[in-house]
Amino acid sequence: MKPFDYSRLDSPDALSPLGAGKFLAGGTNLIDLMKHEIETPDALVDVTRAGMKEISQQPDGSIRIGSQITNTDLAANSDVRQNYPVLSEALLWGATQQLRNKATTGGNFLQRTRCQYFYDTARACNKRDPGSGCDAMKGLNRFHAILGASSSCIAVHPSDMAVAMAALDAEVLTRKVDGVERRIPASELHRLPGDAPERDHVLENGELIMAVDLPASPPRLQSYRKIRDRSSYAFAVVSAAVALDLDDGRMSNVRIALGGVAHKPWRASRAETALEGQMPSREMFLKAMKEEMSEAQGHGHNDFKIDLLPRVVAGVLRDLTAPERNGDRT
Amino acid sequence: MNEMTNKIIGTPLDRVDGPAKVTGQATYTADYRPTGKTAEGFIVEAAAAPGKIRKIDTQAAEASDGVIAVLTHHNAPKQNPYGTPEEAGRFTQSHAMLESDHVRHVGDPVALVIAETLEQARHAAKLVRVEVETSEGTFDQFAADVEIAKPDSLDGADEVDTSTGDFEKEFAASDVTVEASYFTGAQHSAAMEPHATVAEWDGDELTVHMAIQIVAPGLKAFANTLGIEADKVRILSPFVGGGFGSKLGVHNDAILAALGAKVTGRPVRVVQTRRNVFSNAPHRSKHRQDLKIGADASGKLKAISHDSLAAMARNYPFAEAPASPTRASYFAPAIKTTHRVVEADIPRVDSMRAPGEAIGTLTFETAIDEIAEQCGIDPVEFRLQNDADRDPNSGAPLADRRLSECIREGAKKFGWDGRVTPGRRREGNKLIGRGMASAIRPNFLVPAEAEVVLSANGQLRVRLDMTDIGTGTYTILTQVAAETLAIPVDQITVELGDSHFPASSGSGGSFGAASCGSAVFDACGKLSKLLQQRLSGKGIAANAISVEGDRVRAGGNDYALADLVDDGALTVKGAVDPSEFDHGEEEYSYGALFSEVEVDVDSGEIRVRRLLGAFDAGRILNEKTARSQLMGGMIFGIGGALLEESTMDTRYGSFMNRDFAEYHIAVNRDVPELEVHMLEGFSEKSNPLGSKGIGELGICGTGPAIANAIYEATGCRVRKFPIHMEDLLQHLPQG
Repeated sequence: MKPFDYSRLDSPDALSPLGAGKFLAGGTNLIDLMKHEIETPDALVDVTRAGMKEISQQPDGSIRIGSQITNTDLAANSDVRQNYPVLSEALLWGATQQLRNKATTGGNFLQRTRCQYFYDTARACNKRDPGSGCDAMKGLNRFHAILGASSSCIAVHPSDMAVAMAALDAEVLTRKVDGVERRIPASELHRLPGDAPERDHVLENGELIMAVDLPASPPRLQSYRKIRDRSSYAFAVVSAAVALDLDDGRMSNVRIALGGVAHKPWRASRAETALEGQMPSREMFLKAMKEEMSEAQGHGHNDFKIDLLPRVVAGVLRDLTAPERNGDRT
Repeated sequence: MNEMTNKIIGTPLDRVDGPAKVTGQATYTADYRPTGKTAEGFIVEAAAAPGKIRKIDTQAAEASDGVIAVLTHHNAPKQNPYGTPEEAGRFTQSHAMLESDHVRHVGDPVALVIAETLEQARHAAKLVRVEVETSEGTFDQFAADVEIAKPDSLDGADEVDTSTGDFEKEFAASDVTVEASYFTGAQHSAAMEPHATVAEWDGDELTVHMAIQIVAPGLKAFANTLGIEADKVRILSPFVGGGFGSKLGVHNDAILAALGAKVTGRPVRVVQTRRNVFSNAPHRSKHRQDLKIGADASGKLKAISHDSLAAMARNYPFAEAPASPTRASYFAPAIKTTHRVVEADIPRVDSMRAPGEAIGTLTFETAIDEIAEQCGIDPVEFRLQNDADRDPNSGAPLADRRLSECIREGAKKFGWDGRVTPGRRREGNKLIGRGMASAIRPNFLVPAEAEVVLSANGQLRVRLDMTDIGTGTYTILTQVAAETLAIPVDQITVELGDSHFPASSGSGGSFGAASCGSAVFDACGKLSKLLQQRLSGKGIAANAISVEGDRVRAGGNDYALADLVDDGALTVKGAVDPSEFDHGEEEYSYGALFSEVEVDVDSGEIRVRRLLGAFDAGRILNEKTARSQLMGGMIFGIGGALLEESTMDTRYGSFMNRDFAEYHIAVNRDVPELEVHMLEGFSEKSNPLGSKGIGELGICGTGPAIANAIYEATGCRVRKFPIHMEDLLQHLPQG
C-alpha cells in the first residue's frame, strides 16, 4: 500500500478538492485495492463521521437515504422492505453479512469492477492503466459485459444495490467542492466505458454522494433475481431487478434493470417499452428481451449470458405476474 | 481396567485442543512471536515466464521506508541447485529460491523484500522493477504440439500403467459400450491458513516455525537446499490451519524466510498472501481422462480403459493417479489404465485432497452411471452386480471388502427407489434429480515412532513429530493413549509438530491416524508392560493395571507411581512397522454417496438438496472428528462437482482467479444437511487399531453422485467439471 495522508471530513460543508485523493467510507473495496496498489491515492478523506446517516421520509413521499447508511441497515429498514423490496432483496443478495455491516450506500455505488485482469497488475487493463490494452477481450471473460461494451473495456459493474436503484428510478444527490448540489438518476451515475474506461462514473473530482432519493409510489410488484455459481458471496453472473404494476391484467410502469451485463446497471428500456400495456405471457417476455438484446455481443466465455439473460428476466416476470401471487389484482 | 478409559477409543470426545483454538491460545505459525524483533518478508512475483531476468532494479525498494534488505538472485546466499540431489524425493530435494536468473513460471519469486513492518515490505515490493526476457513456454497440456511423456512414477500407486486381460478383444465383444473424454479443472487446496514461516538462526542452527504437514522430510529439504546438516535444523509446526496436500512439503515462503533470516541476522516472517498461494504453493493439474467401458447385455462389465493426461510442473516430478479407482472398484476381465503428463511452465503440481480418487471417481463413476443406464440397469444394482471378490487389477485378495455393504446401507438410508426418466421430476421451477456413486480410497500404513513420558505425578506426555492439520490428531492420540494405558484423559498431554520428537508419518494420504495411533498404541502398551514388570519386581501381581492420579491400580490395590518411575519420569518409545502388516491383500476404505439436486429451469443454477454417505473406514477412532472429516470431504466433493476451479489464462500461464471471492469454495448455503453413516468395523489386517483412512474418503464419490443427479434432473450428461449453469442451459425446458 502506497503511504497516504488521512483526514476526516466533519461535514459536507467542509468539502475541498481531493486531487489524487479518495473518499473513504466502509473501505470494503478501496482498502483491498490499495493493498494491491491498484488504487494509489495520496490522501484518504474519511467521510464516515460527516453525518449522512439518516433515512427519512420527504414531504413528497419519497425516501431519502443518507450515503453513510450501511447496506445492512438499508436492507433492514421497514419502509424499504415494505415499499421497495427489490432494493432490500438486492442488498441481501450481495456480499456477506460482515461486508454489508461495513459497506455504505454511497460506497456500494462506487465499488469497482471485479474483472480479474483489473485485479492482476501484471496484466493489461485499460481501466487500471489507461492505454495498456484489455487482456480480458481475448482472455477469460465469462463474467464480462455483453451490452454497451467498447473495444477498450468489457468489464462489468459488480453492484447488486445499484441495479435495484436503477430500476426504482432512484436519484443520487451529490455536492461538489464549490457547494453546488446536483441530482443524478441512479441509472446515469455510471458510464459506459467508451474510450475512457478508467472513469466508472460521472462524478467530478471531490464530488461527494450525500444521499439517494427513492421516489414515492413505486410499482407494487418488485423482485430481484441474482444468478450465480455459488449461493452466497459470489458476484452476479447476471442479475435482474424488475418492478411493475398490473392494471386490469396488463403490465404498466414496467422497470427492468440488469446487472452483470454492462459497465453500468443496464436499464432495459427497450424491453420496458415493449412490455408496457401488454398482457403478461412468456412469448411477450421473450419478445421484449429479444429487442433488448438485439445488440448484445459475447466475447467467448460469456456468450451464454445472451441466452441466459432473457430466460432469467422472463422467469422473474412470470413469477411477478403469476395469478396465484397477485390474487385479486389480476 | 479403568471404567472411564477402557472404551474411550471411538467415543465422540470433544477436541482436546478446542478450547485453545476458540480462545486464540493455539499458536499458528504467523502468530508466533520470536524473542528477537521480527522482520517481515514479502515476495516479489515474476509477471512473465518462463524466461531469464534481464534486469532487476531494487534501488527504489531499498530506499523505501523501513526496508532492511532486498534479496534477489544477485545477493541471495548460495544454495544447492534446485531439485538436487536428483535421487531424493520432491519433499527432500533442494528447493532453492532466488538461485539464478531463471524464472520458472508466472508468480515464481524473483525477490524477497524484508522490512520492519509488513506494510513497508509490501509497498517496497511494488517498487522492485523486474524485466524478464521470456522464452516460449508450455502452459496448456491440451494444446497442439506438446510433448506427452510417461512419468517415471505415479503418486500413491506402484505402477504408472496397468493392463490385465485383453482390452481390445473384450471391448470389441461388449454388447454395450461407453466411450467419452472427461475434463476436470485445475484446483487449489485453498486452506484457510496461507503458507507461512518464521525462520531464525542461532549461529549455524536454524529454527523454522512453519505450516507443514510432514515434518521429518522438511528437515532434509532445508539441509539439501542450504547445504547444512539436517540436525542443525528444527521445525516447529504445532498447529496447522488446513493443508489438504498443499503443505506436505517445504514451500517457497519457508526457504525465503530462512535466506532472509540469514542475511538480516533477524527472525524473518514470510506469510504468503492469498494471491501468493495460487502460484507459490502447489495445485492440482487440470486433467483429461478418456474412458472406454464395455459390458455385456446383462450388465456385467467386460472391459475398462482409463487414460489420463495431466500437466507436470517442469523439474518437479509429480503425477496424479486418476485411474486408481478404475483399477480397484469393479471386476472386469480386462482393465487397462495409463497416465501421461506434459511438462509445463506452471506453478508446482502436487497432491491435493484425495489425489487420484477425487477426480478419478468423478470421471469413472460418471462413466459407470452412463453404462449402467445404457444397459437399462439401476445404478445401485449395476454396482452391486459388478463388485469384485479379488483385486480387479492385481488379482490379489482384498482385505475387508465392504463396498457392497456401503452401497446397500446408503441406498436404504437414502430411500433410493430407482431411477426416473431424466428430466421428468419437477417441483415448480426446479428440476429434481438423484444420483449415486461409489467411493474408494487406498488405505496406507507408514512408519511412525512415538515417545511417551509418564511422570511420578501421573502426567503422561505423548510426543511425536506428527501434525494436527485440523483433523483431530491431538484428540484421537489422547484417546489411544488413555485406553491403552488406562489413564484418564485429563492426565494426558499430546505434544506434536516438533522435529525434536520422534519421526512419524505426518499428515497426508489419510494415513496419519492409523500410523501415529499405532505408534502411540505400541508405546503405551510397552509402558503398561514396564509398569507391570516393575510391580512384579516388587512382588505385586499385575495382569491389568490402570493409572489414576499419581497411583497405579493393580489387583484391587493401588501403588505410588513415584516408586515405579526413575528420576521422576518413565520414558518409553513405540513404533509401527508397516511390513508386519504386509499380508499381500489389497486394502481400501469404501463408501457410497447419494445425492439429490435441483436445477433451476430459468438459469440452470444447480443446488444440492440432499447428500448422504455410507462409509467403511474400519474402526472409528472418534465418532465426532471422524464425522467431521467425512463431512469436510463431502463439502470438497460439492466443490469439485460444481464450484472449484483455478482458471488459467493460457496465453500467459497465469492463474487469474487468485482470491476467495473468485475461487469458489462451497459456502454454508451450498451445503445441505449432510447425512453421514459409518459402518461398524475393525480392520484387523490394517493396523493394531483396526482403523482405516478416513480423511479423504468423503471427497471420493461425492462429486459423481452429484453429477449423476444432475443428469437425472436434466437429461444432460456433462463431462467437464466443475459443472456450470451454461453447460445445462441449452438442455433446459421452457421456464
